[in-house]
Amino acid sequence: MAVLVYIEQVEGQFKKSAFETVSYAKEIAKVLNTQTIAFTIGNASDDVLKTLGIYGADKILTAKNEELKSFSNAAYASAIAEAANQENADIIILSNSFSGKGLTPTLSVKLNAGVVAGAVELPRMEGGKFIVKKFAFSGKVFASVEVSTAKKIISLNPNSYSIIESATSPTIEVFNPQLNIELKTRVKEVIRSTDKVPLPEAEIVVSGGRGLKGPENWNILEDLAEALGAATACSKPVSDAGWRPHEEHVGQTGIVISPNLYLAVGISGAIQHLAGVSSSKTIVAINKDPEAPIFKVANYGIVGDALEILPKLTQAIKAFKG
Amino acid sequence: MKLLVCISNVPDTTTKVTFTDNNTQFNTAGVQFILNPYDEIALSKAIELTEGGKGTVTVIHVGEASSEPTIRKALAIGADDAVRINTYPHDAFFVASQIADYARDKNFDLILTGRESIDYNNALVAGMLGELLSLPSVSIIKKLKIDGTAIEVEREIEGGKEIITVDLPAVAGCSEGVAEAKIPNMRGIMSARTKPLEIIEATASEKLTHVVEYTNPAPRGAVTLLSAGETEKLVELLHTEAKVI
Repeated sequence: MAVLVYIEQVEGQFKKSAFETVSYAKEIAKVLNTQTIAFTIGNASDDVLKTLGIYGADKILTAKNEELKSFSNAAYASAIAEAANQENADIIILSNSFSGKGLTPTLSVKLNAGVVAGAVELPRMEGGKFIVKKFAFSGKVFASVEVSTAKKIISLNPNSYSIIESATSPTIEVFNPQLNIELKTRVKEVIRSTDKVPLPEAEIVVSGGRGLKGPENWNILEDLAEALGAATACSKPVSDAGWRPHEEHVGQTGIVISPNLYLAVGISGAIQHLAGVSSSKTIVAINKDPEAPIFKVANYGIVGDALEILPKLTQAIKAFKG
Repeated sequence: MKLLVCISNVPDTTTKVTFTDNNTQFNTAGVQFILNPYDEIALSKAIELTEGGKGTVTVIHVGEASSEPTIRKALAIGADDAVRINTYPHDAFFVASQIADYARDKNFDLILTGRESIDYNNALVAGMLGELLSLPSVSIIKKLKIDGTAIEVEREIEGGKEIITVDLPAVAGCSEGVAEAKIPNMRGIMSARTKPLEIIEATASEKLTHVVEYTNPAPRGAVTLLSAGETEKLVELLHTEAKVI
């Protein structure tokens, strides 16, 4: 037995979620007294690959096949399944990222393995049971899910598990999967907005609602986000009105996020919005209505006009950061 | 073109979620159920693609008789016919297996699902269906257009997007942006009552997981309110007390 962790590469590099998933896999492997095998696809250099050892990978498998040059659920899941079988892994960990959400179900069928999608804690492994906690009802509650198959897959929510160092000196091996599949998807184009922090894994998110009065005022919010190194988001009414694109909408039917700090600016906090952000560690609300429901979940609040308060807050952040 | 849209019946987004039986069952008492919002987007897209006699849209639902208002809503929006697999939807693998067993010999060109259901947020059924039916699958798409015998989709990735061509037949999980949700008109509502709804008994499928307990997040303490002039104090509190900057 072993714990296999699939690590995503973005143009040959690892992101924070990679180290979270390795740290998480290592902790499970420690409890089970077994090895942590990291499997990754792409062109990362050995120096980059070795960084996975800082967080406890005992062995690193790397695949560079031509068929894996661009992403496909079918090919990537096949490669992960082959790596899991070769290593005799019965617990497979992935990040619950956009790509992870495509790979996890495909892999589940290939390995006949039950899935906990969007885990937020380490599994409880007592009395022969395997139970993992995840968010349900879009962040309103937790569900503890028991996996009853011999092989188990967990996709870990970004920002849910701390990066922990447990240095190893991993071996690096090239893994050459067979990939007996006919590719039916072709990536035509990859468009990256490199200047922005991706929303699901951002540690700080500044989010705007109708209280900002119009899209022309978004630069005030973006200034604050830039000062904080934060990602920007918006409420559903804002994306519905076309002020901001849909991919920035956080809430029950948008992206569910759990950053360390969530600043809700001019957002009243309807239950659908709160569902998507209530797992944020600290919430700051700025709203002119003292009765707004956002203040019931906020840790800190300022009652007032967002358009007046934001520039002052940006100044205060800049002064603090010196 | 023959389309299948998988729909689930979920608690309305305003539902206060509570539990019964020692926190092991979701308390459905007094809960209003709706068509899962992402499935509504998938269905609206399917109708758009087949408008003007270009094809048919079948909706499929795995669930008990209590879901029929949601199925009728889908028919009112514009699906041609509906299938209900008469069983409790135990877990994602069980649901995907039921749909795959139904769809296997029906030659659907395109199977659409919502990106995830808003109750369990697993986002698993689309990918499982693809693998069970040996069809290509794409998850969390924001745009979809037909391109001959393929579809071109835009998939969300961390910090960007990918444009992918997928050969049909295929499975795709739809997110916001794929289509505007269609609202049923009076003619749709009237005709929904008489559109065919086939009820099929479940096949023997495995369940791989089950929920053993629900818990509520720890309550937050009372809010610390500051005045509009205290932005510097807020920064200090975020640094020294919350330790987030």
